[in-house]
Amino acid sequence: MVAALNSGLRRVHAWVLYAAAPFPVLWIYYLGLTGQLGVDPAKVIEHQLGLWSLWLIIAGLAVTPLRRFAGVNLLKFRRAIGVITFFYLLAHLLTWLVLDVQFQNVWADIVKRWYITVGMLAFVLMVPLALTSNNWSLRKLGTDTWRKLHKLVYPIAILGALHFLLLVKGFQWEPILYALVILGLLATRIRELPWASRSTPARG
Amino acid sequence: GAIAGAMPMASRAQDALEPNTWEEITSYNNYYEFGTGKDDPARNAHRLTIDPWTVRIDGLVDKPGDYSFADILSQMTVEERIYRFRCVEAWSMVIPWNGFELADLLDWVGVQSSARYVAFETAMRPEEMPGLASPVLDWPYVEGLRLDEAMHPLTMMATGIYGRDIPKQNGAPMRLVVPWKYGFKSIKSIVRISLVEEEPPASWNVTNPREYGFYSNVNPNVDHPRWSQATERRIGGGLFAKRQPTLMFNGYEEDVASLYDGMDLSEFI
Repeated sequence: MVAALNSGLRRVHAWVLYAAAPFPVLWIYYLGLTGQLGVDPAKVIEHQLGLWSLWLIIAGLAVTPLRRFAGVNLLKFRRAIGVITFFYLLAHLLTWLVLDVQFQNVWADIVKRWYITVGMLAFVLMVPLALTSNNWSLRKLGTDTWRKLHKLVYPIAILGALHFLLLVKGFQWEPILYALVILGLLATRIRELPWASRSTPARG
Repeated sequence: GAIAGAMPMASRAQDALEPNTWEEITSYNNYYEFGTGKDDPARNAHRLTIDPWTVRIDGLVDKPGDYSFADILSQMTVEERIYRFRCVEAWSMVIPWNGFELADLLDWVGVQSSARYVAFETAMRPEEMPGLASPVLDWPYVEGLRLDEAMHPLTMMATGIYGRDIPKQNGAPMRLVVPWKYGFKSIKSIVRISLVEEEPPASWNVTNPREYGFYSNVNPNVDHPRWSQATERRIGGGLFAKRQPTLMFNGYEEDVASLYDGMDLSEFI
């Protein structure tokens, strides 16, 4: 099963992800422009792009544990997932800036509102990752430095989960579930935990 | 526009108000008993049984008792009022309500002189309200007004929208409407009204007093800790609707500001 899946995945090029990436954004904007997102389309688009960003962060974090625990190899897609995550985050941010708050009191919002501070920080931390997502940067920085830099995705993921937790009204399960999934995926990286020493991927 | 039955002092604030459509008003709701999504109430509220409906009126009143909604309605004069509606989440609508003044109902049951506040309670029916399974708030939903706020001629009990019975997602069969306060003060599907001496609990205030005060008057100068209240997004303007300035007391300043003379409105939020 896993072998068949992996050999199937080997035939898929990573550019397929890049090519497909704009469509969900275009689609949701199309729905918004044609009045199919209810009476408050700007909010729906903003929230949906935020959720997409979280899904993509989760997908990126899932690559390593999927290989380690299930033997499914998605490694060659990870860079594409990361780059696409950045652009979704950018689309989320621009939707907030242009359609929602409309450039009013933006700086005050960033420094005064915790959930915006946290979200903005996640975006800022993602900029160097997006800029170095190319082979030239990898060579220039050296593998070790590059790897260390790209571990920034861990705090970014935590900030993303926190951003969601901070913005809802009252007690709600949805952001808690996202936070648990992200923390769970990060926990698989902790070296002291028993599974971390296992170097060969589990089969089956 | 000219509103049949609306009182003269309110009409100034109502000039040039263009109501939202029936579709907008009834498809975009905050009614957490039916779910936290804006479209959850329209999808789930059909399960609510509103006939028969009984409202318990108790506390410091001359004629306490369990009143059927039909009995209450038969005693009241229903009129149309077109009010701005401003949600604490910084969106707004204009809604043509039908209903009666809360003061008329309170006069009918006889408010005793020791009463200083009015407490309200929403129905709590887990089998009809799927949102109650989630501990978003401490159920049942409760709200309160100071007696002078409750007796103010702008304060009404809404029983209809656009001349039709008020839909379940909007708080059938009877809900409060206090147009100068954030929407969550206007408690829905009321099953109990109590006249009391002490300030009664209010659900959002209990959950997060820093973010939701007991008064919760619309005030562009006092931000919600997590977002600005200076402007609002008017629902129905489409994807590129411009934010518009939020008005002090939601545009009803001339009518209600005197209720809060001497109070620091940045403290009594």
